[in-house]
Amino acid sequence: MAYPNSYHYTREHEWLQVEGAIGTVGITDYAQNSLGDIVFVDAPKVGDAVEAGKVFGSVESVKAVSDLYSPVSGTVTAVNQELDTAPEKINTEPHQAWIIKVQLSKPAEVDALLSSADYEKFISEEEAKQ
Amino acid sequence: MRYLPKSPTDRATMLEQIGVGSIDDLFRSIPAEYRLTGDLKIPPQMGEQEIVSLFHAAADRNANGYASFLGAGAYRHYRPVVIDALVQRGEFLTSYTPYQAEISQGTLQAIFEFQTMICELTGMEIANASMYDGSTGAAESVMMAARVTRRSHMVVASTVHPEYREVLRTYAQHQGLSKQRVGYGPDGRIDMQALEAAITDKTACVLIQSPNFFGVIEDVAAIAELAHAKGALLIVSIAEALSLGIVRPPSEADIVSLEAQSFGVAISYGGPYCGVLACKEKFIRQMPGRLTGATVDQQGRRGFVLTLSTREQHIRREKATSNICTNQALVALMTCIYLTIYGKAGMRELAEQNLAKAHYAAQTLGATPGSKLLFANSPRFNEFVLDTTEAPDVLNARLLQQKMIGGLPLAHWYPELRNASLWCATEQNSRAQIDAAAAVLAGKEAPALVYV
Amino acid sequence: MATETVTPSNTTASEAKGSPFVGERSKVSSHISQNEGLIFEKSSPGKKAYRLAPLDVPAVNANALLGKQAREDLGLLPEVSEIEIIRHFTRLSTWNYAIDLGMYPLGSCTMKYNPRVNEMVARLEGIADAHPYQPESLSQGAMRVMWMLQECLKEITGMEAITLQPAAGAHGEFTGILLVRAYHESRGNPRKKILIPDSAHGTNPATAAICGYQVQNLKSNSDGMIDLAELEHLVDEETAALMLTNPSTIGVFESEIHKIADVLHSKGALLYMDGANMNALVGKTRPGDFGVDVMHLNLHKTFSTPHGGGGPGSGPVACKKILEPFLPTPVLVETPANTLTFNYDRPQTIGRVRMFYGNYGMFVRALAYILANGPDGLRQTTEDAVLNANYLRSKLEDVYELPYKTATLHEVVFSDRRQARNGVKTGDIAKRLIDYGFHPYTTSFPMIVPGALMIEPTESESKEELDQFVDAMRQIARETEENPEIILHAPHATRVSRMDEVAAARKPVLRWKPNASVSEAAASSENPPLVPATAAKEY
Repeated sequence: MAYPNSYHYTREHEWLQVEGAIGTVGITDYAQNSLGDIVFVDAPKVGDAVEAGKVFGSVESVKAVSDLYSPVSGTVTAVNQELDTAPEKINTEPHQAWIIKVQLSKPAEVDALLSSADYEKFISEEEAKQ
Repeated sequence: MRYLPKSPTDRATMLEQIGVGSIDDLFRSIPAEYRLTGDLKIPPQMGEQEIVSLFHAAADRNANGYASFLGAGAYRHYRPVVIDALVQRGEFLTSYTPYQAEISQGTLQAIFEFQTMICELTGMEIANASMYDGSTGAAESVMMAARVTRRSHMVVASTVHPEYREVLRTYAQHQGLSKQRVGYGPDGRIDMQALEAAITDKTACVLIQSPNFFGVIEDVAAIAELAHAKGALLIVSIAEALSLGIVRPPSEADIVSLEAQSFGVAISYGGPYCGVLACKEKFIRQMPGRLTGATVDQQGRRGFVLTLSTREQHIRREKATSNICTNQALVALMTCIYLTIYGKAGMRELAEQNLAKAHYAAQTLGATPGSKLLFANSPRFNEFVLDTTEAPDVLNARLLQQKMIGGLPLAHWYPELRNASLWCATEQNSRAQIDAAAAVLAGKEAPALVYV
Repeated sequence: MATETVTPSNTTASEAKGSPFVGERSKVSSHISQNEGLIFEKSSPGKKAYRLAPLDVPAVNANALLGKQAREDLGLLPEVSEIEIIRHFTRLSTWNYAIDLGMYPLGSCTMKYNPRVNEMVARLEGIADAHPYQPESLSQGAMRVMWMLQECLKEITGMEAITLQPAAGAHGEFTGILLVRAYHESRGNPRKKILIPDSAHGTNPATAAICGYQVQNLKSNSDGMIDLAELEHLVDEETAALMLTNPSTIGVFESEIHKIADVLHSKGALLYMDGANMNALVGKTRPGDFGVDVMHLNLHKTFSTPHGGGGPGSGPVACKKILEPFLPTPVLVETPANTLTFNYDRPQTIGRVRMFYGNYGMFVRALAYILANGPDGLRQTTEDAVLNANYLRSKLEDVYELPYKTATLHEVVFSDRRQARNGVKTGDIAKRLIDYGFHPYTTSFPMIVPGALMIEPTESESKEELDQFVDAMRQIARETEENPEIILHAPHATRVSRMDEVAAARKPVLRWKPNASVSEAAASSENPPLVPATAAKEY
C-alpha cells in the first residue's frame, strides 16, 4: 500500500495529515499489518491534551496491545467514533481510518516528522533487521 | 515412589540417550556449594493408608458433631452430592486454564453458563470467570472504579465485612487511594446522612455490602442515587450469595463483587472460595480477570474462547488491569452446578427457608431473658445481631459445653457493640438446635440434641 | 469438520501414492463425541433437581419481611432434572483435554499428576466443614495441617518464615513485594523501582505496578541469563528488589546466583524469587541457601494441587527472618503447651491479603503430596522432571532449533525458526499436536525467544508417553516440510476447529440470551454487541 506523499510519519508508525492548524492522526499500513486484526481502539476524549512523542492511546489486536504516540502536541478536537463499532476499518483502510484530530499547539513539530520517502526507507530497514 | 512412572532401566536408558553418566550430571549448572547432599528434614514417605489416617486424626481434632450458628462470610449450606461427583471428573479437575479452545470447550462452555447465571442473579450485564474470593474481589472493584472514574477517593461502609476492609486497605495503600469510612445508623444500615456528606466530586466509588456484615439489607437504590449524583460508582459487595434467591438484585450498582461460597462450596476452614465481579458492560475494558465469550469456528459452529485478554497481565504486563492469573475456576464450576441443581424455583425456595430459619432464630433467641435483637425492624437475610447481658465469650463457652457454637462476638471490630454477637441460621440449622440454643441462653438446661 | 484433510488413524497418507506426507497419529483414535447445548436451552418450567427437607419452623411471608427489598423472580436460571445435569456436565467434561488423559507439557505450568488421595482427605468431614471462625480449641487439627505444611515448605525452600494466605502465584508475588516494600519503609525509604528480566512472566511487572513500583527491564545475556554487568549498572539505592525466576523461563539455572544476590545486597536491595519453576529444585537445592530473601511457591504447580481448569491455586510466600515482622496477619504460632494459635498482634504487618487464612483446601492437598513423597520421593521427582526435559531436548534438538544451548533443568525451549521458513509458526505446531493426542506446549513465551515452543514434561510422564510425544513432534516437523497446509489449519480431529477470536473480541458475547444466535451476533458486524438477533437457527 502506498504511503501518501502529503502525510507526515513517525518512527512509531503513526501518520499525520495537516490541514491548517488541525492535524489528523492514524496508524500506517505497516503498523496495522504487523498488529493483525484490530479489535479495539482506545482513544482520548475531545478536549484532552496530547504531547508529541507521548502515548495518547492504544490499539489492540486479539493478543497484542500497541501504544499510540502522538506525532504532535495540541488538543484533541475530534475522535473517530466509527472505530468504536468498526475497528477493522484500520485494517482495511489504514490511511483513511483516522483516530483523532488535534489542534496543533506547536506547528513547527511537524518539520521533525518523516516524509513518506523517509518512512518507507525506515520500514524497509526495520524489515531487513528481522 | 508410587506417582513416578519409571523403572530404573528406563532412567538408565534415558540418561544414555542424553549422553550423561548420572542424573547428577544434569544438575551441574547448580553451583556445588548449593547442592543438597542429604535428605530434606521432612516426614518420611508415607503409604496412602497412613496419609488417610493422619488427616482423619486431624479432622477428629476439629469441631465434629457441633451445631453451629456461625456465618460472617462463610456460610453453612447443604452441598448436593452431584457437585463433587462432577467436579472430580479428571477432565475438569486436571485441566489447565482453557487457552487452547479446541480442547477446552467443556470448561469454556461451563464458564459461559456461570457468567450468564451470575448476570441473572446480580442484575449486571457482564460477569467475569472468577476472582480469588469476596475480599480480593471487593478490593479489585475499588481499583477498577478508580480507573473508570480517574478519581482516587473511596467511601467505604463500616458494615462491609471487617476482613474485606482489611484486604482493601492492603491493596489500596500503594495505589494512592484515600478512604473515608461511613458508619451505620440505629437500624444497622449505612448512615445515609453521613454518606451523603462523605461523597464528593472526587469520590471514585462507594463500597457497601448487602446484606451487610450485620445481615441487614441495604437500600441499594437510594445509595446508588447519592453516589451517581456526584459521578461516583456504586460497588455492592455480597458475601452471602444465597440472599440473591429472595433479595432484590442490586441492579442500580455499577459493580457487584460477589462471594459465591454459599453456592455449594465447602467451608473448608476459609477457602478455596469463589469471588466474581459483575458490572455494567460499559466498564468492560477496566474489568480484571478472565472472560469467556461465544463465537464460531471456521465452519460456523458455536464455540467459546477466552476473550478480551489484552486487559490481562500476560499481554499488558505492568499496564494490566490486575496481576490476577490463576483464578478459582473449579470452584466457579461447583457454583455453576449448584445453581443448575436448585435453579429458578429452588433458589427461591431455599432462600425462603433461610429467611424463615433466621427469622425464627432471631425471634426465639431475642426473646430469651437478657437478650435483645438489634436492628430488629430492618430487613435481613439469614444473619442477625444479638445483644446479651452476658459477655458473648462466656455465653459461647456455655454453648460449647452443649456442643453448640454460638454467634461471632463483634466487639473486636465494633467496640461499641460490646456484648453483641453475629448469629447465622441456615437450612442446616434445625428448630431443635435453635430451641436448644435459646434454652442455654435462658440459663436453662438444654434439651439433649440428637445427632444422627 | 474439515474431514478432507483428516487421515483415518489406521492408515497413513504416505501409503497413498503421490499425496503429501501426513503423520501417523498412533496415540489417538477418533470416537463419538456427544453434542450438548447450553443448560439454559434444556430448561423447562417445572423440572427439578432438588427436594428440600420440610421446613420445621413457621413459614414466613418474604414480602412482609423484606418489603421493597424482596425479589420478584430469578430470571433465566435453568430448571432441569438431576439426570440432565449429570449428562450435561459429563458431556462437557469429555470436550476437555486433561492430565488424566495424557501428557500436558505446558512450559512454566508444571502440569503433573494430581493424586486422588489429596482429593479424598480434603473432603473429610472435619476438614471440609471446619468454619474459619470456630474456636481455636476446636480447630487444632485444621491448624496443625497448616503448621506441618509451613514447616515442610520452610525446609524445602531453606527459608525462615512463611505465610500461606495468598490465593495464587500472582497473589503471592503481590504479598512478597509488599513485604519488600514494608522492609524498605521500615528503614526509611520504600525505594522506587523493581528490576525484572525480559524473560519474566507477565505477572511480575503487573505485580510491581500494583505495589506502587516502577518496572525497570533487565536484558538477558546471550545465554538467556542475568547479565551481571548490566545488573551492577542498574542497581542503585532506589532499587527495591530484583524479581528473578530461577531456573529461568528457559529452564536454565542462574549459575552466578550468589553474585546476583551480592550485587543486590550491597546496595540494600532484596532478591525476590518467582517460584514457578520450583519443580526443578525441590530436594536438590534451596533458594534460602543461595541468597534469596523472599519467594512464592505455587502449590498448584510444584505440589500437585489440581489446576481445575484455571484454579484454585495457592501461593504461599516464604522469606528470611528480616521480613518476618511484615507477614500478613494472622500468623500461626505454637504455644509452649504445643497448641496452635493465630497471632493478630503484629504492629509491622503489611495487613491482610485475603480474608480468613488462604485457600485452605489446597494446603491439605499439598501436605498429602509431600507426605506421600517424603524426602527421597521429592528428590526423585525433581530428578525425573529434569531427566524428562533433557530427554526431550536430546530427541528433538536436531529438528527444532534450540536458541539457547545452555544446560537446562525441568523445561526446554525451542524456537520455530526452521519451521517458520515454511510459514508454520509455533502456534500452528501447537494446534497440530492436538491432532496427535497431546495438549500443546506453551507458545510464544518467554518473549526472549521469538516463536518459542516451551516444553515442560514434568516427572509424571513415562518413557512411552515421552517417546510418543517425540514421535508426534518429529512427524509434525516433517509435515512442516512436506505438507505445511495440514498444520496451518490444524486441529482437524477436534469437535470444533479454530475459533474466530477476532469476532469474539470485536463483538463480545459474554452471556447467553434467549433467542440470540451466537454466530450471527458474533460474526456479523451489523449487530451491536450483546443485542440478540432474532434467528435461533444456529442452535
